[in-house]
Amino acid sequence: MSRMLVEVRDLAVDFPVDGPAGGPREYVRAVDGVSFTLEPGGALGIVGESGSGKSTVAAALLGLHRGTGARLGGSVRVGATDVGAAPAAELRALRGGTAAMVFQDPLSSLDPYYAVGDQIAEVYRVHADVSRRAARARAVEVLDRVGIPDAVRRARARPHEFSGGMRQRALIAMALACEPRLLIADEPTTALDVTVQAQILELLHGLREERGLALLLVTHDVGVAAHSVDELLVMRDGAAVERGPVGQVLTAPSDPYTRDLLAAVPRLDTPRPPRGTAPAAAADAGVPVVEAVSLRREFGRGKRRVAAVGGVSLSVRAGETLGIVGESGSGKSTLGRMLVGLLEPGSGLVRHDGRETGGVVPGVQMVFQDPASSLNPRRSIGESIADPLRAAGERDEAAIRARVGELLVRVGLEAGHRDRYPHEFSGGQRQRVGIARALAPRPRLIVCDEPVSALDVTTQAQVTALLAELQRELGIALVFIAHDLAVVRQVSDRVAVMRGGLVVEEGPVDEVYDRPRHAYTRQLLAAVPALGGEGGIGGA
Amino acid sequence: MTRFVLGRIGGALFVLLALSATVYLLFYVAPGDPARLACGERCNPAQVAQVREQLGLNDPVVVQYLQFLQGLFTGRDYSGGAGLVLHCDAPCLGFSYQNDQQVTGLLLERLPATLSLALGALVIWLLVGVGTGLLSALRRGGPTERLLTVLTLAGTGTPVFILGLLLLMAVCAYLQWLPFPTYVPLGEDPEQWAWNMLLPWITLGVFESAKYARLTRSSTVETLAEDHIRTFRAYGVSERAIVTRHAVRGAVAPVIALSAVDFGTMIGGAVLTESLFGIPGLGKTLIDGVRVVDLPVVVGVVLAIGTAVVLAGAVADLLYALADRRVALT
Repeated sequence: MSRMLVEVRDLAVDFPVDGPAGGPREYVRAVDGVSFTLEPGGALGIVGESGSGKSTVAAALLGLHRGTGARLGGSVRVGATDVGAAPAAELRALRGGTAAMVFQDPLSSLDPYYAVGDQIAEVYRVHADVSRRAARARAVEVLDRVGIPDAVRRARARPHEFSGGMRQRALIAMALACEPRLLIADEPTTALDVTVQAQILELLHGLREERGLALLLVTHDVGVAAHSVDELLVMRDGAAVERGPVGQVLTAPSDPYTRDLLAAVPRLDTPRPPRGTAPAAAADAGVPVVEAVSLRREFGRGKRRVAAVGGVSLSVRAGETLGIVGESGSGKSTLGRMLVGLLEPGSGLVRHDGRETGGVVPGVQMVFQDPASSLNPRRSIGESIADPLRAAGERDEAAIRARVGELLVRVGLEAGHRDRYPHEFSGGQRQRVGIARALAPRPRLIVCDEPVSALDVTTQAQVTALLAELQRELGIALVFIAHDLAVVRQVSDRVAVMRGGLVVEEGPVDEVYDRPRHAYTRQLLAAVPALGGEGGIGGA
Repeated sequence: MTRFVLGRIGGALFVLLALSATVYLLFYVAPGDPARLACGERCNPAQVAQVREQLGLNDPVVVQYLQFLQGLFTGRDYSGGAGLVLHCDAPCLGFSYQNDQQVTGLLLERLPATLSLALGALVIWLLVGVGTGLLSALRRGGPTERLLTVLTLAGTGTPVFILGLLLLMAVCAYLQWLPFPTYVPLGEDPEQWAWNMLLPWITLGVFESAKYARLTRSSTVETLAEDHIRTFRAYGVSERAIVTRHAVRGAVAPVIALSAVDFGTMIGGAVLTESLFGIPGLGKTLIDGVRVVDLPVVVGVVLAIGTAVVLAGAVADLLYALADRRVALT
């Protein structure tokens, strides 16, 4: 027996799918012949895009596919346990005892009905023969270790009373409770703001050093992995395409897919791709396409009243892109909705082409974050794209049909796709449909609210490239709202940094990113995990 | 909390007022002459007119309604003819046109029977329904679940009076384990009360159980698919502990909500069961009242049912908030 903590050999996982009625059961291969080892105290990152099978591998380490109907091949050994063959009791002892898992979404990963401390105590009592009281004390101890302030009191709180970062800390505390030798973290920071993400990664790092924990980090974010692991395994379509020390994979990738993946990652430390628009031309375009003057908007009543946007003025000219960055709750989406007219400002006003307008106008359109839920699943995409045309008063069905076809081609789909439904498209294609819909009434301004944050990096790059191309061609103004600083840097001419409903800093992209004046901007930029590699500045 | 209670009481009062006004109006436009019915078959037109005057039926409907409200809060006097004055204490719902009985008293007399029936049925449907639902959620895909599904479907599909009749025939006539039930008040003889209520409880409880079994099953299965269940599986918590500690909790909320509404409805809506087993409850009273256009009785019963439904709703909200602390009582 080797001294490795984890040994995975030729792992294959097939999930059952509904085959033709009466026919034999059909399977789809999620993981195809993956092998790797992890030594005690080591750290391995599994990176890949959605559907690459990386989470399936993580779940297989704990035998979580048992009883789900999935078919497994190859062998998985964790500690002394052969996960595929171990009896149920041994498997339960492994889960949490030897290897503990930290899941992605910290809100849904805890039982909403029980106090956080009780949930940790429950898990602890599965593995340690102790009294209820001792288990509670242990829960408080680990909560304290992961940096929950006032742990004694907070242990009695329920998950919804915690912030996102605190919930993630609580989940890590649960993982620590039974002193495992391996921590499996599945996208542990994906749902978090960048500053909170930095804190959580630092916590994981500290725990590894302190307890000699091995770490298996599953993530789509190469930057996050670059900072936290020694070795990288790149997965694509269920197979491992490349594996090696993190520095080597990032600087000298041997597989073409890894190269594409790394090239698509928006970064803060590489020269910006040239923007197609001529800023000079934009500057003397006269009246701005959109101008907001001291916009304010409050929500709630009485004591709970909060200003989501507390007085923001900005303007965007034709052919220009204004990026708006900020963490969750900074008011950036509320601002975007007011610019489009979806939300009535509490005070202040919005001018489009110098005129004050009320409500939604055809000249200002919006692209939403989640292309899956912002398209009606029961209507064909052609119908959805035709909506703004009809809203703008177009009655000629032949003209609408022609325009929809033209738009689909323009965003890189086919005119014949108009009769298909949203579920027939991938995430990136759906976002193209969303863009086509926004383009339909020939707008002067498009406000994009997190248009690429639900997409994989390679798709992300394609969609941002499309937006830039459309802008060059049609001279539209763009407002690009995102939490991802690197993406905003890539697509914008000017950027506004928001915090607590206010713009704390605004200016040309290069100025704000290279010479940030506001402390908060500096803090945000410092929190972004850098890839290292050829760019140079931010080392791993 | 205080705001929640006050708000709930305010809302309840409004609902009840609207309810009583609606019922009043319906009867005003409905065909049939209450005075003639109250007076009896042999009355001559003069007598009918006199009765009409006594009942205040000549007043505009708004005045009648306001007098009714006044009686509800302060009590009112009725002239019983020949200088006789009948006083009716608050809360006064008037006198039955049929037998001159005070409606308030009538309701208080009928309520215990209905409550007996509804409470017992509630216990049975919570035990049988939730139990069956949990069992089929645990054994999903297996033969146990298929059997339970068939039984549940049969339960949903069988009308309550068929079920009751079958039970009566089997238990009382054929097997003769129990005598045919008659209603014995709880205060008189608790043991006899329970024995006599047993069949009605089972009938109504089992009938309702089917619905609860399906609800419990689906909400438990839904909860089992949630992310936090995966967390506990990944930490080695046993499947039994996961179901009994975590999945059930998610299934409780919809069961509470539906139970409260069903319980409220049952106060007036268990007519079939009441008639079948000869239980002198509110539902039977309501149907009898409607048949003879006995306005005060009908309004009284409707208000009682309304109160029960509204109260049950408020209790459900409270329980809901206790079960799920994320729900704020505002």
